[in-house]
Amino acid sequence: MNVPTMAEMMAQGKQPEVLFWVGAAGSYDDRAKKITRAFVKILQQANVDFAVLGTEESSTGDAAKRAGNEFLFQMQAMMNIEVLNGYEVKTIVTCDPHSFNTFKNEYPSLGGKYEVFHHTQFIKKLIDEGRLTVDDTNLKGKRLTYHDPCYLGRANDVYESPRDLIRRLGVNLTEMKRNKSTALCCGAGGAQMFKEPEKGDKDINVLRTEDALETKPQIIATGCPYCNTMMTDGVKFKEKESQVKVQDIAELIAEANNL
Amino acid sequence: MEYLPNIFFALILIAGLGFFASNVRKLIRNIKLGKDINRSDNQPARWKNMAKIALGQYKMVRRPVSGILHVVVYLGFIIINIEVLEIIIDGLFGTHRVFSGVLGDGLYGFLIGTFEILAALVFIAVVVFWWRRNITQIKRFFNKEMKGWPKNDGNIILYFEMVLMSLFIIMNATDVPFQQAGIGNPISQFVAPWFSGFSPEALHTIEKGAWWIHIIGILIFLNYLYYSKHLHILLAFPNTFYAKLKPKGQLDNLASVTSEVKMMMDPDADPYAAPAEGAEDEVPEKFGASDVTDLNWVQLMNAYTCTECGRCTSACPANLTGKELSPRKIMMDTRDRLEEVGKNIDANGGTFVDDGKQLLNDYISPEELWACTSCNACVQECPVNIDPLSIIMDMRRYLVMEESAAPQELNMMMTNIENNGAPWQYSQQDRLNWKDEE
Ligand code: SF4
Ligand code: SF4
Repeated sequence: MNVPTMAEMMAQGKQPEVLFWVGAAGSYDDRAKKITRAFVKILQQANVDFAVLGTEESSTGDAAKRAGNEFLFQMQAMMNIEVLNGYEVKTIVTCDPHSFNTFKNEYPSLGGKYEVFHHTQFIKKLIDEGRLTVDDTNLKGKRLTYHDPCYLGRANDVYESPRDLIRRLGVNLTEMKRNKSTALCCGAGGAQMFKEPEKGDKDINVLRTEDALETKPQIIATGCPYCNTMMTDGVKFKEKESQVKVQDIAELIAEANNL
Repeated sequence: MEYLPNIFFALILIAGLGFFASNVRKLIRNIKLGKDINRSDNQPARWKNMAKIALGQYKMVRRPVSGILHVVVYLGFIIINIEVLEIIIDGLFGTHRVFSGVLGDGLYGFLIGTFEILAALVFIAVVVFWWRRNITQIKRFFNKEMKGWPKNDGNIILYFEMVLMSLFIIMNATDVPFQQAGIGNPISQFVAPWFSGFSPEALHTIEKGAWWIHIIGILIFLNYLYYSKHLHILLAFPNTFYAKLKPKGQLDNLASVTSEVKMMMDPDADPYAAPAEGAEDEVPEKFGASDVTDLNWVQLMNAYTCTECGRCTSACPANLTGKELSPRKIMMDTRDRLEEVGKNIDANGGTFVDDGKQLLNDYISPEELWACTSCNACVQECPVNIDPLSIIMDMRRYLVMEESAAPQELNMMMTNIENNGAPWQYSQQDRLNWKDEE
């Protein structure tokens, strides 16, 4: 894949339209890397002039902050802000709602002010501007349910842009009983992703997967790499992986457009 | 002699209101034990929130059954205050139904008639509430933090309202001239026949008795509020006004940390430099919260406002999967501890004397705190805009920054972020490998 870095752009004296913040999961996690690549293909199809930071990217510090380590968070934030401001970044797009939330809400008061998009918002914008179209024949009629990531939904009130994209896929969208502002967490937020859950009768991702399975879906769509992992594990736990796929909205769009 | 009842009435009114005022003062004092936080920005949005959420009960009706019943009780409560005003004037000046003369039969009859219907509706709503709390197995009313006082408190209020509403109807039913006039008695006219065999004197005594118990009951109710979750009928208003307006996902950036991090990152900063003028008297700050006095006043007001309805807990993914965490319990614990601190201050002539206890561990365990996914479902659900998550986060901050007491796996995650810029142990040099895989 041809993915330019900010450093390369700078060397050529160019300033891309948007910085794609890949995030740790999108960079290292084998499942999430597929989301990253799918999104890049979409950007390329729409001829978006973008770049990544590559090896200059570092953790946003979100997980550290939610774990209670404000020191580590602010150190990461200030380092990142130095890099971003050094490249005069104005617009950021990311597939990770946690990075999205942190950039949008927590970086500004530390000196990092950017226009921030979640990839579902950005893809919708590309469609609205006529730069991208979605083919609604490939996934036509598939039964799909959408899991709202907490950090996109309740945390930032973004409920519509992912649904707007889903509706363009020609699929049959069925909402879970807990959806939008009442959606149940996948269990990964607040740094839970990186530790074993406390003891209880059940894991949260299993309960959430049960919500999803009630709608008898063929596809569980989501917009967050951590939700993706949690729901995938839940589907495996329920031994439904042959019937139900967990996919990011970027992957679905890429699939619909044969990318 | 004939002024005796009026004087007696004035005395109990003064005693009731005086005691209430002293509790309100204590309440404000306790809330002010919290740290300062600026919540006076964007006044129009704040007034709007208060109008919509406290006055308009906007978030209550998300659950239609309890929501609509609650609206009935709430309307009954507000409107019946007009009746209470009449009672107070009658009591102080020895008049009888003073408003009937002022407003004229038609309007007065309409008003009292409305009150009677509301009183009956409130009575029915309260019975349904009682049923839901005690007979049907609605899980949130039977969680473990609801044993003992919280459960009794909920019921006591319901009994109170049943009695107060009944007294109002009885008072009207036994008022012979009022019944004979036949205005404003849509409910009490059906109760009046129960008393048909009574002599006029007996009826008058019952009417006066009901009247007195009614007003004394209201004064007791008023003073009961401070000790009860029903404080929310007052605090819901300031609480929604001062609630967070920023996106729910936004956590504040601790300013004390910012200054330290800036110093650490600034290569020109001289670590041995004398502290800036005026900095000496800055008490070294504690990071995060281990006791109620480390929380801010909005968080403390939240604790007093909590109605213990458990809507937060019934939406909490951790609680739904059997973990120890219950956001409602976080709020109840915070209030209990704050009350304890307040009593300690009262007993020790205005200063707090260390009692060897704190909110962390003695009330809230680290296990509860670490179970939170920061999903904001509790914040979303709360009908009075309480933010249990902010308390959880402040206590986590204390555990991590003051005690280094995070679970081992989180420590590893944080070490990885520090060393490799990612929560996992991968090299930063491999960040772009994904582009060449497929
Ligand atoms: S934010 Fe924490 S306490 Fe609140 S509902 Fe979510 S997991 Fe429960
Ligand atoms: S915090 Fe809010 S939702 Fe939770 S019990 Fe208290 S009032 Fe109810």
